[in-house]
Amino acid sequence: MSSSSSLASEISQAQTEALSAIAGATDAAALRGVQAELAGKKSALTVLRSQLGKIQDADERKSAGQAINACAHSIEIAIAERMSSLLEAERAQQVATEAMDLSEFVSAKRRGSTHIVTQATQRLEDVFIGLGFQVAEGPEVETDFYNFEALNMPKTHPARSEFDTMFIEPTSADQEPNSVLLRTHTSPVQIRVMQTWKPPIYAVMPGRVFRRDTPDATHMPVFHQIEGIVVDKGITFAHLAGIIEAFTKAFFGNEFTSRLRPSFFPFTEPSAEFDIRRANGAWIELGGCGMMHPNVLRAGGIDPDEYTGFAFGFGIDRMAKERHNVEDIREMYTNDLRFLRQFS
Amino acid sequence: MKILHSWLNEFADFGSDVDAIAERITQLGLAVESVDRVGTPVKGVITAKVLRLEKHPDAAKVTRVYVDAGDGVERHVWCGATNMQAGDIVPLATLGTNMPDGRVITQRGILGIDSEGMLCSGTEIGLSSDGSGLLILPQGTALGLDVYEALGVDSDVVFDLDVTRNRPDCTGYLGVARDLAAGMGKQLTLPKIDQSSTGKSLTVPVTISAPERCSRFTVLVMTGIVVTQSPDWIARRLARAGMRSINNVVDVSNLVNLELNQPNHAYDFDAVKDGFIVRLARDGEQFTTLDSVERTLSASDLLICNAQDQPVGIAGIMGGLQSEVTDATTSIAVEIAYFEPDAVRATSTRLALRTEASLRFERGVDPYGLDFAVARFAELLRITCPDLVVHSGGTDVRTDALPAQVRTTLVRLNTIKRVLGIDVSAKALEDLLAPIGFTVTKSSNDGVVDVGIPSWRNDCNIEIDIVEEVARHYGYDNLGKIVPTSPVHGRLSDVQRRRRILREIVVSLGASEAMPNPFLAPGDLAKVGLSEDNALKLANPLVTEESVLRTSLVPGMLKSIAYNQSHRIRDISLFEIGHVYPQGTDVLPDEFESLCIMVAGADASVAMDLWSQVSSALGVGAQLAQDQPPAGYHATRSAQLKRGKMVLGSVGEIDPTVLANAGIVGRVASLEVNLSVVLNEVPKPQSAQVVSKYPSSDFDLAFVVANSVPAANMVKALRQAGGNLLIDVSLFDIYRGKGVSEDARSLAYRLRLQAPDRTLTDVEVSQVRAKCIAAAEKLGATLRG
Repeated sequence: MSSSSSLASEISQAQTEALSAIAGATDAAALRGVQAELAGKKSALTVLRSQLGKIQDADERKSAGQAINACAHSIEIAIAERMSSLLEAERAQQVATEAMDLSEFVSAKRRGSTHIVTQATQRLEDVFIGLGFQVAEGPEVETDFYNFEALNMPKTHPARSEFDTMFIEPTSADQEPNSVLLRTHTSPVQIRVMQTWKPPIYAVMPGRVFRRDTPDATHMPVFHQIEGIVVDKGITFAHLAGIIEAFTKAFFGNEFTSRLRPSFFPFTEPSAEFDIRRANGAWIELGGCGMMHPNVLRAGGIDPDEYTGFAFGFGIDRMAKERHNVEDIREMYTNDLRFLRQFS
Repeated sequence: MKILHSWLNEFADFGSDVDAIAERITQLGLAVESVDRVGTPVKGVITAKVLRLEKHPDAAKVTRVYVDAGDGVERHVWCGATNMQAGDIVPLATLGTNMPDGRVITQRGILGIDSEGMLCSGTEIGLSSDGSGLLILPQGTALGLDVYEALGVDSDVVFDLDVTRNRPDCTGYLGVARDLAAGMGKQLTLPKIDQSSTGKSLTVPVTISAPERCSRFTVLVMTGIVVTQSPDWIARRLARAGMRSINNVVDVSNLVNLELNQPNHAYDFDAVKDGFIVRLARDGEQFTTLDSVERTLSASDLLICNAQDQPVGIAGIMGGLQSEVTDATTSIAVEIAYFEPDAVRATSTRLALRTEASLRFERGVDPYGLDFAVARFAELLRITCPDLVVHSGGTDVRTDALPAQVRTTLVRLNTIKRVLGIDVSAKALEDLLAPIGFTVTKSSNDGVVDVGIPSWRNDCNIEIDIVEEVARHYGYDNLGKIVPTSPVHGRLSDVQRRRRILREIVVSLGASEAMPNPFLAPGDLAKVGLSEDNALKLANPLVTEESVLRTSLVPGMLKSIAYNQSHRIRDISLFEIGHVYPQGTDVLPDEFESLCIMVAGADASVAMDLWSQVSSALGVGAQLAQDQPPAGYHATRSAQLKRGKMVLGSVGEIDPTVLANAGIVGRVASLEVNLSVVLNEVPKPQSAQVVSKYPSSDFDLAFVVANSVPAANMVKALRQAGGNLLIDVSLFDIYRGKGVSEDARSLAYRLRLQAPDRTLTDVEVSQVRAKCIAAAEKLGATLRG
């Protein structure tokens, strides 16, 4: 009995010592040291366990083993608890001491910006894509045929003079003067589209155009237009007015409405100017439109007795200018980064 | 075209609601640009008599004027005008008057001397268009009266119309009134005119030697003329239309022109009594027009000459000085003619001479409205010349080129339906068109009518022109709004979608989009090392500095960089996506779309990094031809991007000389890519590679490599040696300096090996490693310890 009671007290002592060592560990690393020591060959409990074999009485040996296991278990729990509280304290300490000023950072790379004319173009394209249009493009240097002739403006047509055309110097002796030019509108693309696509055609054509205009606050000799055409069987003036209205609401907002009023363009007949306004607001002139002239359809290889179509167009630069309250349109073309970076 | 409300109302009872009238005119297609009220009394402006003028020694530019406003009190007013003298009666804006321009008249004078009001010009109080001096009122006008009351001025409204080219009839009151009366359902009333002639026969013979250009020429002689002032109401009418009153004859001529859209000319009869010859000018022929400018004519200009073949006017544009009506004139020959519109425009354009007459002739006047106009001329002149005699024997010469009085076109009612979406019967068509002078007759074909076009509408010729008239008078608003359901799938094309992706990538790489001028100055291309031989030139540039079309985006981008540098802007990184126009072999140039990105203060490696990002985003590759540096680039720090013989672009640094020419400090990294090629190359969708579940092994290799061996060759060698197991190799460090010989650098690579089907053994890893080292050594590289 005496040996067993002495074993019990040794176990109890080992437990007490172990628990005190665990409690005495002040950080996780120290605790891991204690843990290793307690599991080691020289630890009191290991030594006691090794002596179990010497106990002759089976019952006594069994109960001593159980006591050692209980002790080991309590030590394990103590270590886990201690470890958890030490780690928690350590993380709390870390959080408390490593405060960071989030406004103190160095930018790796500044994002650039697209030009506001590009932004306006893309917004317009997206609205028309939503209305079932595709986007077409064409060359900026054009022939007289595509810019004028095919658009119902034969050589002597008076409207030609209103376009302030910039002509290209002939590149060879047999090239007629003024037969090659910088397109004065995006309308040549109408003809190119009709010549290559087949009806039904729903197309918008954004692009750069040129007029011999001295730059001022509202005009540039190089600017941008978007133009749209619809060619199909059964297309009427009411469809033109419908598309203009749908575009107006989609682009400017549901509170806007549109109207068409008679005007004149050589390439459309009947022709109209289209105006938009907020409910009860003043009408703002936006662009021109009309039913495609039979001669224009013919120039595009389309039979006007089978198909009808309409066209509309307006300036893009003004959209960008007014959206961003740019005072002078020339500012949009200085390429000054202090201007460009405002619109990223 | 300025249209007076009161004058317009003489043609029909349009009523007094000017806003409604303006709205209706606009809806008919004659855009009303402004509606101005004129002659609206300015309260507080009264008649006053100038008593005496006094100069002040310290105020050279102004005069001290003492006036009497009828109350016997002498008032002192400072005045800047110089056209008044003692005894004149002038408008005095009394203290407290709110002037139309927003000013309020106060006592504040100059030199400490008060001013008891302000003396006014006609424009300041809306009474005339003459602002050059004070408005001098007729002698005998009572003093102290409201000026407007004293003058009996009515207020009126001026509509300013933007008359489009398809309305040749609407540069006159009659045309506007006809359209508006139809649009408002009113009866049009023409001025009642006695068209009979009373005097003995006086004939002025006319010879037309250019029958295509002048197809009708009429002359009527009138005697009993007294050249004098026009009555006030005529002068005011003209003033409000923007014309000055000259004398009764000229004023009547102008009134007829405005009212009936018939330019006409009154000659002193004595100057032309022997006849007129209408002929083409001789090349270089000189003629002095009414405005005292000597004009040099060409053989395509049409002249009106007297019987002695001396020019008296440029047909349809302006008369001459010699044959003008003077104060002594008692007999006149009134000429009204029809000239071919295009030719008038050509001459007017060439001479840069735009007149009230040319404006109308070049659009096309009514060739059958001449007789009515000359009768109206006589009618109006009789107001000031009660003894006027209109002589019989008037001349009316017509040539074969004269347009028919009524032209016709067939109109299919179904075309109206197809274009406008409305059903219009022949009867309804007639109801719409008859009020504006068209006739509608049934033809032998069902559903087809014969439409007669009035002589004043030369813009109408074919079926669609009639459809437009129907639309205008039916009302655009009444045609409805239907959003068509597009049978087409709305979307961007592959090229357009890829362009948008590219823009986003470039922006995320830090560049901002510029839009430099596509026009260059001569020499700009040479300054960036490019030839100007294949550049197109503008035939009519605004300025010489913008006369060459770009063949490259580089000059514009460099200008933009220089601009930003000169404004002390940091981190300059710009790009452009735009067209360039090198001349090709066809009529049109080999125009293509190009991308250029430039980063200031960056070297060639930055340009290469840009290219690697752009090429991977677009899924396109190119060979780097560093042995063929692009023109204008740094010869040892640039490469052409090529595929076979095709050049896709350029990458590297801009040549230091080019930078110096552009005034740019520091290096500039540049990438140019031909987007017309690259955006079109839509890559096939990438097939997925199975991601290995087995662990990977990494090792680093650093080599000393001679500068002459491109880093690209090293990577290629490592890849080949690594075979399928090498799933990634990247250059992570480049070192030059101590420990490495001067003609070499250290290149450090990180390699990762992985097999798809197993964990690699140490032996396998070291075998690959050894192969890689061996491959590098073949290129002369030595492994660093």
